[in-house]
Order: sequence, then C-alpha cells, then structure tokens
Amino acid sequence: MDITTKNTEAPPPAPQPTVAEQKRAARGATRPGDRIFLGLSRGSGILLLVIMAAIAGFLAYRASIAISKDDANFLTAFEWNTGLLPPKFGIAVLAFGTVVSSIIAMVIAVPIAVAIALFLTHYAPRRLRGPIAYVIDLLAAVPSIVYGLWGALILVPHMTGLFGWLDEYLGWTGIFSWQAGAPRSMLTVGILLAIMILPIITNVSREVFRQAPQMIEEAALALGATRWEVIRMAVLPFGRSGVISASMLGLGRALGETMAVATVLSPSFTIQTSLLDPGGGTFAQNIASKFSEASELGRDALIASGLVLFVITLLVNGAARMIIARRKEYSGANA
Amino acid sequence: MAKRIDVSGLTAYYGSHKAIEDISMTVEPRSVTAFIGPSGCGKSTFLRTLNRMHEVTAGGRVEGKVLLDDEDLYGQGIDPVSVRREVGMVFQRPNPFPTMSIFDNVAAGLRLNGNYKKSELGDIVEKSLKGANLWNEVKDRLNKPGSGLSGGQQQRLCIARAIAVEPNVLLMDEPCSALDPISTLAIEDLIGELKERFTIVIVTHNMQQAARVSDRTAFFNLSAVGQPGKLIEIDETERIFSNPSVQATEDYISGRFG
Amino acid sequence: MSTAVADKRPSSTLRGASLPKWSPYAIAVGSVAVAAGIGLAAGLDSRIQWGLIAAILFVLGTYVISARVEGRRQAKDRVATSLVWVAFLLALLPLVSLVWTTVSRGVKVLDVYFLTHSMGLISDTEPGGGIYHAIIGSLEQVGLATVIAAPIGVLTAIYLVEYGRGNLARSVTFFVDVMTGIPSIVAGLFILSIMLMFDMQPFGFAGSLALAILMMPVVVRSTEEMLKLVPNELREASLALGVPKWRTILKVVLPTSIGGITTGIMLAVARIAGETAPVLLLVWGNSLINSNPFEGAQQSLPLYIYQQYQNSQGSGAAYDRAWAAALTLIAFVMILNLVARGIARWKAPKTGR
Repeated sequence: MDITTKNTEAPPPAPQPTVAEQKRAARGATRPGDRIFLGLSRGSGILLLVIMAAIAGFLAYRASIAISKDDANFLTAFEWNTGLLPPKFGIAVLAFGTVVSSIIAMVIAVPIAVAIALFLTHYAPRRLRGPIAYVIDLLAAVPSIVYGLWGALILVPHMTGLFGWLDEYLGWTGIFSWQAGAPRSMLTVGILLAIMILPIITNVSREVFRQAPQMIEEAALALGATRWEVIRMAVLPFGRSGVISASMLGLGRALGETMAVATVLSPSFTIQTSLLDPGGGTFAQNIASKFSEASELGRDALIASGLVLFVITLLVNGAARMIIARRKEYSGANA
Repeated sequence: MAKRIDVSGLTAYYGSHKAIEDISMTVEPRSVTAFIGPSGCGKSTFLRTLNRMHEVTAGGRVEGKVLLDDEDLYGQGIDPVSVRREVGMVFQRPNPFPTMSIFDNVAAGLRLNGNYKKSELGDIVEKSLKGANLWNEVKDRLNKPGSGLSGGQQQRLCIARAIAVEPNVLLMDEPCSALDPISTLAIEDLIGELKERFTIVIVTHNMQQAARVSDRTAFFNLSAVGQPGKLIEIDETERIFSNPSVQATEDYISGRFG
Repeated sequence: MSTAVADKRPSSTLRGASLPKWSPYAIAVGSVAVAAGIGLAAGLDSRIQWGLIAAILFVLGTYVISARVEGRRQAKDRVATSLVWVAFLLALLPLVSLVWTTVSRGVKVLDVYFLTHSMGLISDTEPGGGIYHAIIGSLEQVGLATVIAAPIGVLTAIYLVEYGRGNLARSVTFFVDVMTGIPSIVAGLFILSIMLMFDMQPFGFAGSLALAILMMPVVVRSTEEMLKLVPNELREASLALGVPKWRTILKVVLPTSIGGITTGIMLAVARIAGETAPVLLLVWGNSLINSNPFEGAQQSLPLYIYQQYQNSQGSGAAYDRAWAAALTLIAFVMILNLVARGIARWKAPKTGR
C-alpha cells in the first residue's frame, strides 16, 4: 500500500539502485581484489565515455581544418570540388538526399511494419507466430552489403515497369516524372532502405503490441468489438509511443546506411526534383564513393560531412531514447 | 430484455486439456445465479463460455450447447461479436480503458454499435452511470481519465460500461475480489438493483457473498488436480447453504476443504 | 445442416448475414485473376505491378462485398484483416527474393576452390579466383575487434549493474545508448582522422578498432540485460558467506549468466562481420593474401562483395563471385545467429518471467 501510493505521487529519484545492494558495494571495495576489479570495470565505463568524446573531438578537429579552407558555404553550397583552388564544397545536396531517401523509407516501412507486427500478434495462426517472428529476427541480421547487392542487381531492373507507370499517371506532379535512364534514383534507394529497416521496426513494434494489457483487450472484446476495433481501442493507444521510437531507430539506420545506397544510386551533385530521375546523394554514400580518390583535404571535407551525419543521427536517436524513457515512466505509474 | 440461459452437455478445453466437462444447467432470467467452488474447478472458464470469450484464449474450444432463449450461441452462423454484445461481462480486476475519459469509457460500447447523437449518448451515459450508482461521484469530472478513480469506482465504471449497451445477460467474474469491503458492499447492493433488469451470473470465491446476493447457487468441484471441473449441484441459494443434497457441497460450505 | 436460408432469419440478433469462410480466398483468387487480366491487356511486363493491382483489388473487393452483405463494421474489420495480410505478403516478397537469389546465384561458383584461393592476379572481370584472402581478413579483423570489445563491453556492463550509481553510471548508460546509433561509416571516419594525424597507411587492425567501437555498445546492452536476470538472492547468499564482492561476481554472477552473455557477444560479432563501410575506409581491400592485420591493406568478405560489384564493369563472373561471397557471409552470420540463439535457449535462466 505504502509503496504504491508513493509511486503514484512521485516517481523514485532518477536511477533505480542497481541490482546489487549499495552500502556493501561501497564498503566492499577496500580489499585489493575488490579495488582492482572495481577499477577495471569502472575504467571500461570511463573508456567508453573517452571514446565518445574522442569521436566528437577528432571529427570536429578534422572538420574544422576542412571548413576553414572551404571557399564556399559548407552548409548551403551545391558542389563538391575539393580539388579546386580554392576548394569549394557544401553539403546541401547530401543533406537533401539523405533526408528524402529516409523519408521515403519511413513512409513505406512504418505502416507495413506496424501491419506485420499486428499480423504477428493478432492475426497470424498461432502456430506460425513464433517461427515467423524468428525468421524476421534473422532477416534483421542480413548484412547491408547483401541488401545492396540484391538492390543493385535485382531490385533496380524490376523498378523499370513501376517507374514507367508512375511517370505515365503521376508524372504531371513533377516528383514522379521520369526521363528514362536506369531507375537508380532516390525512390529506388528509399524502397531498398524501407526493406532493410522493416525487420527492426517490425520487431520492436511487435514487442510493444505484445505488452498491451490483455485485460483491456478483453474489456473491448466483451463489449462486442470486432478484432479491428479491439486493436484500435486497446492495442494501438498503448503502442503509439513504442512505434514512434521503433521508427526513430529505423530512421537512424536509414540515415546512416552506406553500402546499400552506394550500390544502388547513380549519384550526381545536383538536387533532383523528381524522385524517379537518377542523381543526388547521401552523406554516407558520398563518403564511400568519393573516398578512394580524395586528397587529404578531400578526406577532411568528407570527415566534415560525416560530422554532420553524426550530429543528425545523435539527435534522432536521442529523441527515440527520450520517448522510450517517457513511456517507461508512464507505464510504471500505471502498473 | 433479460433472457434465460439453457446449457446442456457443455465441455470446454484448453488445447488438449479438458477444463470443464458435461455441464448442464438453467439460469433464470431476472435473477442472480452464483457459481462457487474451489480454485481451478472451472467456474470462471464456464462463465467465459457463456459469452464466447473462452475461445479468445489460446487453444480454447467448446463442445455442447448454450441456448439463449432458444438460440444456440455455438450454432452455425452465429457471430461471436454479436453474442458478446448481448451478453455483457465484468472482470475480476477493474479494466477501464486507461486512455479514455469516464464518459468515453461508458460510451465505448455504444459508439461501436451505432450512430448516436451527442445528446442521446449523454443521456445513456448518465442513465448507465446512475444505474451503476456512480453518477453522483463522477458527474463533475466526466472528462477525466477513468484510471484516476478508486478501485471500487473503476469497477462500477466497468459495470456502467457493460450495462450501457443494454445486454440481456451480465456475467461477473469475481467482481469484488480486488476491492476493499466498503466498495464490495456497494457492488453487492448494485447487483441487487441490477437483477430487476438483467439476468446476472456471478463467480465468487466468497461464500458469504454468494449467500448475500444470489437467488440460486451452483457448486463446482473437481475430483483431482488436472481433472476437469464438474457441476456438482445447482439449487436455491437457501437450500445450498442450509441443506445441500450432495455431501461435497456441504463439506465445501462448512469449510472442510477448498 | 441449416443453410444460407436459415441464416437469414431476421428475428435473431445474434446472427448477422455473414460471408462464408472461404470468401477471403475466393476474393483473393478473383483479384489475382483480374489483375493478371489487366496486366496482360495493358501490356504491363512488371510482375510488381500485377501484384500491386491484385493487392488493391483484393482490399477494395473485400470492402465492397463485405459492406453489402455484412455491414460497415464487419467490412472495416475485414479490410483491416486483408490489409494486414497484404502487408505481410508484400513484405515477404523482397525478403524471399533476397534469400532465394543469394542462395541460387551464390552456389554457382561456391566450391572448395573458391573458398581456398585468393583473387591473386586475376582481373575482376575474368572468371576464377576465390575469397580465401577475404575470409582470412574478415576472421582477423572481426576476431581482433571481439578481443577488444568483448572484455570492455562485459566489464562496463558489470560496472553498470553491480557497482554503478551516481552521475558516472548515468552518463555511461546514456552514451552507450548514443553509441548504439552511430552509423558505421562515422566510426570509420573517426579512426581515419586519427590515421591522418599520424600519416598512417591502411591496415587490418584499423578496421578492427572501428568495428570494436560498433560492437561495444551492443555487448554492454545485452550483458546488462543478462546480469539483471541473475537473482539478487544468489549474490546475497554468497556475500553472506563472507565471499568478497569481486569473487562473488566472478564465481557466482558471471557463471550464472554466461550463456546469455555469450549469446550477446555472438550476435554482436554477427553484426560487425557484415559491416563494409569502415573496412572500406580503413583497410582498403587487397586481392592478395595478407595475413598480417597490423601491416598493409587487407580484404574482408563484405568489402570483397562491394568491390566485385563495383569493379565488375558488368561482367557476369564478378557478379557470380559477389553472390557466392554474399552467400558465404550470410551463412556465417546465420550460423552465428542460430548457434547464439540455441545457446540462449539452452542456458536460459529458469526464472519464469
């Protein structure tokens, strides 16, 4: 009684005391063995922090070298000529391409992933649920280069028909017009990224839907709700924040994906208004494609673009974590 | 609106495990029938077969007949969704929809079942909350979440939600087991009022409660753990508690086991 | 027994008119047939279009038919069901295609010769050669990365679970989360920026360092989960016997959770084994065998796939090799996954959740 009322009034101060009890932990660290062991494990934790700081520091340092020599505006320039004197390069095209391809991936992947997660929790024959979830788990482990190879050799040729179709009926919108050429465009990249992030979004959403309280589902059923109405009343409201954070994790993957984009896209340093015309680029793809021929300044410039990617993914992942943390508090207060 | 329930030869399974076997009984309209018996005897399972909620659990399956005024709930072409609309249910632990307000909780069933005008909806919600003896306590905060109420109030909210759709039968699965004595009393009083309008079936662990609220009592038992539960006898509550015809009933009621 | 006629008795409230059980299949077959008809008539040669048309017809058809016979609520329910099924089948398509293509094309040149020979001096557009050098490189780079990342990850997790509290533990937890989200190419750029400072040439161990950075947070997270599953009573029982804390952790806590920790490490290994981007930046690739990870460019399996594809100039021989290497890589990753999950199931703590 006492504990529960306390819980609802004020959540316990930030970090729960960890599994081991604490006072003895503090006092226990007096023996030499204990001191060494504590030192080792704490040292590892500190090392992790040092690595993170070093990543940010080194990238920022090399980036500052590059940006100081940049004759164009690093954030807004539409070109990448590190060989010129003075060099001119900017990330506008890359930022645009990264965002567009990720948005396409999300628009396709999130609804399908949510549907598959519901399929696995509420629709599939019970005997198949476990095995299918297991297979999806395994698919999440397929290396991205294999997706890239498949995308370039199998998906791209299969896109021609769809592209012609989109051009014919939706070409007037401008974003779906197609001036022939291989379909190695942002749309293909987006579709491939969607396929790649599908397993992870599905897995996390499925976990969330499974945790929706059975009691509430039964309440809806007993009122005479159909299966879909049960899902709308008793499953989706609980899963919303979980699905959002799952999508953010997927988005983080899509933003940073290198090889699948590098194999499928035929890049150019221009912004294509049509999603069907080849061209454009993403941060990661640009680094992978330009790297081998880059001079030292060229590499620093690529590192600078990598720093921007780093910051973007940090923001996206941070947002996802915050949503997850909020959800924990919420469910804790209602438990 | 209240309807009679006629069960004959009902057997329910969880996968290959037989939970209850060959149960036949009649539940009279506008009365309260209580199910008592030791834990695991299948009384809750049996209750859930009366609105086809049993088949929702993994591996749940039913044989036999349940007639609701001459219509077999398990007959061909019967839609379980409509069955559950006709046979309402209140659960062991109060389970209001936590994301909905008090008003929306009561209106939830109505919104599923048709287009109501806002004023109609308001009237029915008020009537149902009054019917559940909750109106006076919540009329000023209908838009607050239902999860903010006390346990007893939440349970009455669930009853209001169940009676808002005017079912023929109201099933209650140990509705007071998670509540304190005062809330329990409130619910028991409410049951007495509701039987004027509905056929009520209540599962309870508390024999005093069965004696207080019910007109007829059914005693369930199982011969051993793992064996299917069976209906031992059903009779007027007074007779069950004073002079049962089966020895096991008397043993259970006098506290010799269970 | 009673047929459709009896089903339509209006007096009953319990039975609405409902579609027979086989109707979804019938609608599915019908929409596929119509889609094929449209596809043939309009001369659409892409099967993807046929599939999309069939899917749309199926959903629309379900709604219209069900709405007429059963009413709007049932129709919505059926549409939701059919959408969910369509989404599942739609997603299955590329994933099945991926696995099928990799296997069917991969077995073409995958043989003992392929596994035991390097590319040597064979040009990327000619047939022949193998992936021996790539396997060596992959094993060494991933092995070294594991040797670095596994102990650090496990120790960090021990710190967080057994000792951690206060600001340090909180910030480590936070940054482990942040680290999980680092794109692999950024980890590569980090090591690269260090190499630029010291004017170093590419070598295998540089790739290992980047892979280790990617691996650490995964190991920390999974180990943490496993250590939290160890019941507190076990620790207390040991401490109460006067066993020092560090020996309690080594002799009681770790042995109890070793199965789960191993699983976590193996899954992390499987993940980094497929990473290409950092290896591309730091190890460069090499068509010859270089078994010294500390000097000179090396090859790795994922990088080999990329380079075969990139340098193929459309040559079928290069594609065949790329697929065969992809199959090898997938097989390696899948075996690791299966074994790891097997260990997890076998060694699972008996505390039912």
